[in-house]
Amino acid sequence: MTSAVLPPPATAKARAPRATLGERIASQVQRRGALAVLVLVVAIASATSSTFPTWSNISSILGNNAFVWLLALGMTFVIMTGGIDLSVGSMYALGGVLGAYGSTHGTWLAVLLPLAVGAAWGTVQGLLVAKAGMAPFIVTLVGLLGLRGLLQAVTDEGATTYLVPQHSAFRHLGSGVWTPVLITAAFFVLGIVLLTRTRFGHTLTAMGGNENAAVLLGLPVARTKVTVYLLSGTLAAAAGALGGARLGSGVTTIGIGYELTAIASVVIGGTLLTGGSGSVGGTAAGVLLLAVIHNLIDHYFSQYGSAFTDTVNGGFLAAVVLLQTLLSRKQQLE
Amino acid sequence: MVQQDLDPRGDSVLEVSGVHKSFAGVHALRDVDFALRPAEVHALIGENGAGKSTLIKVITGVYRPDSGTVRLDGRERDFRNPLEAQAAGISTIYQEVNLVPLMSVARNLFLGREPRRFGLVDVGRMNREAAEVLGRYGVDVDVTRPLRTLGLGAQQMVALARAVQIDARVVIMDEPTSSLEPREVETLFSVIRRLKEQGIAVVYVSHRLDELYAICDRVTVMRDGEVVHTGEIAQLERLRLISLMLGREMATVRDKGTTAFDTDRHERQTGRPVLSAEGLTVRHRLHDVSLDIHPGEVVGLGGLLGAGRSETAKAIVGALGTDAGSVEIEGKPLHRRSPAAAIRAGVVMLAEDRKAEGIIPNLSVRENISLAALPRLSRAGVVSQAKQDEVVRLFMERLRIKASGPDQKVSDLSGGNQQKVLLARWLCLNPKVLLLDEPTRGIDVGAKAEVQSIIDELAADGLGVLLISSDLEELIEGSDRVVILKDGHVVGNLDGEDVSEDGLLDALATAPPLSPDDPDLPEQPGPATGPENPGGTPRAGSDPAAAPVKEKQR
Repeated sequence: MTSAVLPPPATAKARAPRATLGERIASQVQRRGALAVLVLVVAIASATSSTFPTWSNISSILGNNAFVWLLALGMTFVIMTGGIDLSVGSMYALGGVLGAYGSTHGTWLAVLLPLAVGAAWGTVQGLLVAKAGMAPFIVTLVGLLGLRGLLQAVTDEGATTYLVPQHSAFRHLGSGVWTPVLITAAFFVLGIVLLTRTRFGHTLTAMGGNENAAVLLGLPVARTKVTVYLLSGTLAAAAGALGGARLGSGVTTIGIGYELTAIASVVIGGTLLTGGSGSVGGTAAGVLLLAVIHNLIDHYFSQYGSAFTDTVNGGFLAAVVLLQTLLSRKQQLE
Repeated sequence: MVQQDLDPRGDSVLEVSGVHKSFAGVHALRDVDFALRPAEVHALIGENGAGKSTLIKVITGVYRPDSGTVRLDGRERDFRNPLEAQAAGISTIYQEVNLVPLMSVARNLFLGREPRRFGLVDVGRMNREAAEVLGRYGVDVDVTRPLRTLGLGAQQMVALARAVQIDARVVIMDEPTSSLEPREVETLFSVIRRLKEQGIAVVYVSHRLDELYAICDRVTVMRDGEVVHTGEIAQLERLRLISLMLGREMATVRDKGTTAFDTDRHERQTGRPVLSAEGLTVRHRLHDVSLDIHPGEVVGLGGLLGAGRSETAKAIVGALGTDAGSVEIEGKPLHRRSPAAAIRAGVVMLAEDRKAEGIIPNLSVRENISLAALPRLSRAGVVSQAKQDEVVRLFMERLRIKASGPDQKVSDLSGGNQQKVLLARWLCLNPKVLLLDEPTRGIDVGAKAEVQSIIDELAADGLGVLLISSDLEELIEGSDRVVILKDGHVVGNLDGEDVSEDGLLDALATAPPLSPDDPDLPEQPGPATGPENPGGTPRAGSDPAAAPVKEKQR
């Protein structure tokens, strides 16, 4: 019936004015600001530093960080719906320990155990947010604290360290530079498809933009919310397990503050913290930018101590977000 | 227009019987029966708070009735959410556009039923189909643009296209025309006629009686949560309809006319204008717009959607940056152009979009009213509770705001009362000039009448009022003078006897078309407004001598 119902073509042809070149550039920079800054920073660093563009430096940036970037991927989905997931740092640590523990019983368990726990915990968080109407901040803060507790319990308060057996196939998942990079890249590509090319992606974008409207439009809002937290939890646990595979053991002290780095990457990548607008590609640029900046700061400022490094890092974050705010304000004024 | 060849005994496609619904002990619906036949357009009318919206929400699964049944095709249904109702074939267009502003037009149109290939959304096809579908609704835009970049009317058409695209048996339209201009209303009506031909039933909610008589077959009138009348609309006299709705005697309605404005014009005060805007220009939107407002007069701002009416008001208060032009308040120029500066100078604007630009839904009536006046109600940053209470009480009384008390959440009030709260917020600043952008849009007949008489009272008290309204009757009966805009230019100036529907339409029709080569030049004055406008102000583009001079000054 769709096309038959339509009225005769209307007379008016008042085409809205197209965006000017300046506006389009501003819009592109806002959406791909992280990428632009990333290219700029890499170019400057490569030109001025002899150690930055070396293979060993680049491979350490990529290989050592790749799995952690998965937290930002999951976070992108959560933030797009207007929520937040503070539990991913703790889940990362728990995933590593569970992966190492599982690997002592076989590679399959090493993979499945963290995934199952991550999915289960994520689902519970999602249900509390979607069905019980609790604030995501509180629900996942409970996750942040609760999962650390669980971690203590699993490791006898840190006394037991599970090692991944030397010849376990599980180790291969995290070794080298390319395996982690390829695994992470594959997840990001899947993430792009999921967000832009599926109904699930459209629904979660709509929810973040106007949740009330999404409900009235008949979209499966509650189900999508649960799925988003499920995804985030599962990705965090998977990232932790892969990180454990790389380190060869389950480290309990890892992952503290990772949720905030993930949130920062997402925001730098141009996703609105209020939801409804953003991209996985932006997040990818965001995590890379943060990693490169961190590497450079380590490089140039390490003689001043790590406290100074963090301050510079924070200052840079503020500058990037300020720049993006200015750009997006310009766009709104149009 | 009304088609009588429909089978009047046809079984109902939708039947609501004996529905009760109450919120916190207050009856919103009381034993409501409502039957909808296939292929009919059924008007549902009543004042706000009469229960129309609640009934619609019961039908569409947003609320579940406390008792009673909803039957679709004779089968009892219990929709738990809008999704289930939609799947069963009940599609709804809500009064306020309920789409996702940040997402693209095409995505909004297809949300939840995107065309897919290999399980993935086929973006190319989606955009193509969206452009094609919207083209037939007279919306010719780049469908990949975010929805929020469209005008409200175009957004409403997207919502309409969306609702009709879903395989619906019943389409419910809650005030679909409140943000449409006449041409778009015609498009809407032809869509509705096509729907009828398909055997689809339409529930049409509107406060515009002309529309109801033009398009509807039957009518159900609600008052205070009950159905007070159901029948053929052609057999219901207009005055009878209004009196049913208001619960007042027909004689009263007849005497007072359809709007609540006093039939007498306000005394013209010939002295200095309280507000004088000169040559306001905003790139692409306003071109050399000048107007004066004297104390105690209501100046109407006429024109079609997109003519620059709201932009003029926004430019005056500084909410829209101007490229040229000046504003004087009582002869003193307003140097800093910002809403805050305008408020300090005594100029306040009631914005068009209540939801986005005015009401803070989670705050109480008290807080919403006293928000703008907080600096005046506090000493050293501490708000004086007593003063606040007094001001709030005064305005709730004066504007007849219906709320359980000053502490009720504003989001619980009806649209009309929300509007009054906003009006109160500005009035407690003791403004000299009040700019009203669509002050009665989307509010019911009763509240509309009240707001209209409040506007009258305010002008009588010496306030200068600028009234923007798409409701012709309101504009004409409410204004002492009407300045007419077209494509951002002042094209006419009606005064005294010329303030009439014909005068307005004449001015709009005969206004010379814009020169395509140089749209930025102020146009030559229209012949229709010059000679027979002896009492007109010498300002605005209507003065034959003024425009060329201004042109030279550039």
